[in-house]
Parts: sequence; C-alpha cells; structure tokens
Amino acid sequence: MDNLGIVLALTGAVLAALLAGIGSAKGVGMAGEAAAGVITEDPSKFSKVLILQLLPGTQGIYGLLIAFITLSQIGILGGDSNISVAKGALYLAACLPMAIVGYSSAIRQARASVASIGVVAKRPEQFGKAMIFPAMVETYAILALLISILAVIGIGGINF
Amino acid sequence: MAVLQMQRINICTLKKNRKPLLELLQRKGVIEINDDIPEDNVFHKMDMSSAEGMLIKNISLANDALDLLHKYAKDNTSLLSVLEGRKEISLADYEGFRDVYEDTLSMVREIHKKEKQIADANADILKADAGIEALNPWLSLDVPFQCKGTRHTAVLIGTLANEWTKEQLEEQLDGFGAVHIEVISATKDQTCVFLLCLKEEADAVTEKLREVSFTMKTSHNNRIPREEEQELLQQKKEALECIETAKEYIVSCASKKDSIQFLADYERMRSDKYHVIGKLVQSNKAMILTGYIPEEYAGEISELIQNRFDAVVELIETKEEEDVPVYLKNNGFSAPLESTVEGFSLPGKGETDPTFIMSLFYYMLFGLMLSDAAYGLIMVLGCGIALAKFKNMEPTIKKTLKMYLYCGISTVFWGVMFGSYFGDVVDVVSENFFGNKVSIPALWFVPVNEPMRMLVFSMLLGVIHLYAGLAMKFYQNVKAKQYLDAVYDVVLWYILLTSCILLLLSTEMFTGIVGLSFILPSVVGKLAGIAAVLSALGILFTAGRESRNPLKRFLKGLYGLYGISGYLSDVLSYSRLLALGLATGVICTVINKMGAMAGNGVVGVFVFTLVFIFGHSLNIGINALGAYVHTNRLQYVEFFGKFYEGGGRKFNPFSAKTKYYKIKENTNHG
Repeated sequence: MDNLGIVLALTGAVLAALLAGIGSAKGVGMAGEAAAGVITEDPSKFSKVLILQLLPGTQGIYGLLIAFITLSQIGILGGDSNISVAKGALYLAACLPMAIVGYSSAIRQARASVASIGVVAKRPEQFGKAMIFPAMVETYAILALLISILAVIGIGGINF
Repeated sequence: MAVLQMQRINICTLKKNRKPLLELLQRKGVIEINDDIPEDNVFHKMDMSSAEGMLIKNISLANDALDLLHKYAKDNTSLLSVLEGRKEISLADYEGFRDVYEDTLSMVREIHKKEKQIADANADILKADAGIEALNPWLSLDVPFQCKGTRHTAVLIGTLANEWTKEQLEEQLDGFGAVHIEVISATKDQTCVFLLCLKEEADAVTEKLREVSFTMKTSHNNRIPREEEQELLQQKKEALECIETAKEYIVSCASKKDSIQFLADYERMRSDKYHVIGKLVQSNKAMILTGYIPEEYAGEISELIQNRFDAVVELIETKEEEDVPVYLKNNGFSAPLESTVEGFSLPGKGETDPTFIMSLFYYMLFGLMLSDAAYGLIMVLGCGIALAKFKNMEPTIKKTLKMYLYCGISTVFWGVMFGSYFGDVVDVVSENFFGNKVSIPALWFVPVNEPMRMLVFSMLLGVIHLYAGLAMKFYQNVKAKQYLDAVYDVVLWYILLTSCILLLLSTEMFTGIVGLSFILPSVVGKLAGIAAVLSALGILFTAGRESRNPLKRFLKGLYGLYGISGYLSDVLSYSRLLALGLATGVICTVINKMGAMAGNGVVGVFVFTLVFIFGHSLNIGINALGAYVHTNRLQYVEFFGKFYEGGGRKFNPFSAKTKYYKIKENTNHG
C-alpha cells in the first residue's frame, strides 16, 4: 500500500482528462449535428456554425491541461514519483472540479451552442450575440479550471 | 472616431433627370433613400414591382449561367481569389455595356435552354437503357411482340415465373392438339416462351398456362426485338450527341464569362434603381427624393447635383424623434473593430461610438489569451502578406485581416513578455537534438510557473477595463447633461469599488493569498472602510430614485447595491485570461514533448517535424478561436454591460451592390 499515493494522484489526472474529454466529445458532437443540418440548407454559413460547434470543445482542452500539469507535478513524466497517500488524495481532490464541472458544462454549453446555431440559421447577422450565449456557460469551466490549477500547483509546496 | 452626424436631404427635380440622377447617386453610394413623403393629389408613387421582378429573374438567369459555366468549363480559381476583390471598370465601359446587353441576355437564355436539353437528353438515355434492358431476354425472338398468329393458329408470347424447359412445358400442356413451344430464354427467375397453338384451343391453353403464372407480353412495337433494340441504341446515340453539342455550346460561352458577370451586376444595379423609383413621389413632370446623408458628404453631393441637373437640394438637420441611421467612422487602428461593435449592436440614440476605447482593450486581451510570440508572428505574416499582395480586396475582408494583424502584433508582444515561442520549443529542440539546453528567458515572467501572479495581473486588467466602461458611462451622462446621474451611477460606484479594493489590500489574508509583497497600512484600510460604507449608503438611497414610493425606492436601492456582486463576478471573469493563456502554453509543451519522444536520430527529427507541424497548426487554430470568442465576450458582457445598450439602425445607402465589378468614378466613397 506504499504506492497508493501515486495511484490516487494519477486517478485524479486521468479523471480530469476523461470526464472533461467525454463532455467535450459529446458536446462538439451534438453541436456538429446541428451545424451539419444548417449546411445542407446554406453552405455559406460554414465558418459561423463551425465556430459555434467548436465552443464546447475547450473543456476537453482544459481537462488535458490539468491532467498534464498533474502528471508533471507527480513525477510520472520523469522525476521522483514517490508521494504520500495524503498528497495523492489531495491531487485527486484538486482534479475533481475540472473533471466534474468540465463534463457537465461542456454538455450544457453544447445545448446553448445548438440553440445559437439555430439563431445563425435564421438570422446570420446576429452571430455576434449568438456566440455569447455558449461563451457564458464556459465561464464556469474556466472557474473550475482556475481552482484546479491553483490547487494542483499549490499542493507541490505542502510538506507531509 | 464617432457616429457620423446625419442630415436629411431632399432633392426636387424634373422627371427627365430621374435616371441620370439616380445612377449618379447609386455610384456615389452615400444617401439612404426612404419613402417618408406621403402621396397626395399631385404626387404619386409608381408601382415598379413587375419591372423589378423581371430584372431579378434576369439576375438569377445570369447566376445560373455562371454556375453552368463553372460546372462544364472549369477555370482555375484559387482559394485566394476571394481576396482579390471586384474588378474596377470605367464609367464609359459601364455605359458601353448597353450595346451588348441584348446579346448577352439572349446568350444567357440560350445557355439556360441548353441545360434543359441536357437534362431532357439524360432522361431519354435512361429511358432507352431501361428499354434495352427489358428487351435483352427476347433478342432471339424473330417475330414482333404484336404478332397474333395466322388464320388457324394463335401465337402466345409471354413469360413464366421460374425456370422451365421445353419438355416440362410440353408435359404441362399435354392433352392439347398441336402446340409448338419455343423457349426464347430461361433464367432462374423467369422463362420467356413463344407458343403456337390452334386458334380454337388458344383460350384453354392460356388458361392452363395461367396456372403456372404465365403473363402475356404486351407491346406497341411492330418490329422484331432485335430491330427495336437497334432503334433504342440509335436514340441513345442521338441523345448523347445532343448532350455533347449542348455542352460544347456552353463551354464556348466561357470566353464571354466576363459579360455574363457584368450582366448580373448590371441587372442588380438596375433592379435596385427600380426599387428606389418605387419609393419616390412623382407628379407628371417632377419628382421628389428624400433620404439621409452623412454631413461630411452633404455639401459635395448637393453641389454636384445642382451643377449637373436643374434641381433643388435641401439639407435639414435631423429631428430628435427621427429614426436616423448610424454610420461609424474610425481611424485605421480602430476601424477593423466596427464590425465587432455592429455584431453586438450599433450605438443607439445619444450613445457614443465605443469602438476606439474598445479597440485599445480588444487587441491587448486577444494577445494575452493567445500569448505566444511565434503564433503571433504567423498571424502577422499571414495577414500582412495578404494585405500587401491584394491591394484591391473588399473593405470588409480588409478590415478583418487588419484586425487579426493587430491582434497578432499584440500576441507577439505578450509572447515575448511571457517567454513563449511555440511554447518551449527552443528548450526542447536544443536539449533533444543538440545536447545542451538553451532557453529564451521571459521578458517579464512565465505564467505557467507563477499562475497566481498572472491571475492578479488578469484581475487588475479586468478592474481597469471595467473602470473604463464606467468612465464611458460618465462621459455619456455628462454629454447628455445628466450630471446627477453621473454622480449617482458612476462616481459613487468608483468610490465604493476603489475603497473595497483598498480595504482588501490592507488585510493580511488577501495579500498573503495573492502573494503581494506589500500591504497597505491599517489606517488606509479604516478610511477605505468608511468611504465604502458612505458610498454604499449613497447607492442605497439613489439607485431607486425614479420611484416615488419610499418603500419601493428603498428596495430598488438594495437591489442596486446588490450589483456589487456583479462586479465581483465581472472581475473573476477575467481569470479566463490566465486560463486561456495557460491552455496555449501547456498544449504547446505537450506537443513539443510528444514530438521529442522519438529520440534524436533521423527518425526522431522526422517525427518531431511531423508532430510539430500538425500539433501547432491545430493548437493555433483552436486557441485563436478561443481568444477571439472570449475577447468578444469580455467586451460584450463585462465592458458593454457597464454603459452600452445599442439599438441603432445601420446606414444602408443606395449604392451599387455589385458582385464582380465596381464602377470607378472620379471620386468614390463606395
């Protein structure tokens, strides 16, 4: 059981990449279906709906970011990977905001994106406003990312 | 740097000047014509919708013809051709088009007809193919299907389900007098047979055959199957030839593509003109035109019209209640962002054009979010080269490219400040392939190593951005002479927010968290506390000042004060500067690390190059998109939320909205 620390920490990193990635994959997929529907009617809207489709994709990137920072902090990518159980649990906890908020915000953001794609289909001149609705949802992913980053980097400085 | 002042322009002239006047105005493109003048006994509006409809039909004919030319006579238009812009032609060339107008129009109609012929011929080919296919099993039959027999015999031609041999059929028809059976063809699914029997037995034989699902073959053709097939083949050949000649004609028109494009533009301009004529009020001999014109063009245009025509031009200041269209004009640095402002909403009545102030922050925020010197350089080079190479590009594309050019410059700046060049590619390459690690130090600090510092910087920028928004509100209030509003809605908030920040800065807990090296003395904190309470009270009593009911007023005041939580979330929202900046940096690191995994041999270099090119092009795309979206969000939600409502209507002048050509005149404000 000496190695439980690194197991917990890695679980955290993997969860951040997994859940946020799944959320984004679902989200971008949903928005993509809606976007493809618009293109059948009017191919000239491609660039606009593409932007809207990609918006829920950022959570996956944030998840990757947290996973990567965690991996490098816990020494999986080279270095000393000997960390205590408590520290491992801390890393796991630190990754959770990004994992959980990332997952659900990506899907909620995708629904806003789908609605905005509908706006662009009917009133392309309202693209600027339509883009903002999904971007509002992303705020919470960013806040989760912020806490996860600060926590993951902060844990390194704690001694026990 | 502002919303252009509009004037109402009224032009009264003789009807014979209608055409040249409208064409002049269309080329100038500075007047938005509207139909505010009511009809009366003398002045009437004309119904031009049928003429307009015909022209619109011609436009679509021309566009269809262009599509067909593109389909049959492929020309090499590169992707970059969108940057080239419309060709310029002189006014004389435009006038000269009238001579070839009819020819071009009939050519376009001919192309349309040819396309219909091609479609018909294709249908004929399909039909012939189906006929040949159906005849295939009957080819060895040497009488026509219509053959009924002789005086005493009857002929039965038809199909049976499943496969039959002659013997099996003879067995089936055992008991009849003379029956001659020929199997024309037999497959697993059906058997084609020719039977000859006595006329009086024909019905009975047919009945017997029906038991094994016999169907008579019916046909109108009185030729034998092989001849019929020849006939169909001939039809098919003719159809193919017809397609070829039609295609040849269309391809031969490719050299006239320019005229067809011009036709589309020409008809577009004419239909717009007719649309305008429909809005004018006209008497038997005179006409009146009314509309809006930006003040700076008004003098020039009215002089021009009065010199050229017998006309009266009247310029009037717009009234308060009029729905005046909005036209923004900014310097070269800010103008690219006009469309971003328009994407939100154009300035409404009494509002200032926010483009210039916004542009200062826009470029900076974008650069901070992408924050990689190499990515910025790629943007600068891409946009710079395109701008230098294609001088004639359309204004909207030009503005977009300029916007990304400035964003790119800002990205380079912040990339250098934060020491990011394709992330840490210099470190990785030097360590992996040359053995000793070289790194370019950050001019300021590396956000990945000091995220807290970056966070504080982001929020500081946020506070500045929000203060700028409040300052805009102050300016607007003062401009509208609402001095008390300026004090209540802006100054009180300034005091409250600033004193809250000072209060935070004087507590040890806060400075400890954000890692500041200084702390304000506690006396400052106390004073700030008092100021905060006073300003909060001020807001509490003034935020609901439009209500007369004291209770309602108090509650509204409370709600106004609750707005402080909005400021908190607004400031926190700027943490996305940190998040997106880190996202770029960390993904760069991931890409570089992955590329370096294959070692440092020849294969290693190859893999690294591949991963590098693929990974970074993906990263620049995703992160530039993210930076664009979130910069817009910070402007629209946080910044505009403080002072800007919009609701203005876009200035839509009567102009030559052509697609392929633009007509050059001595001076052009397109």
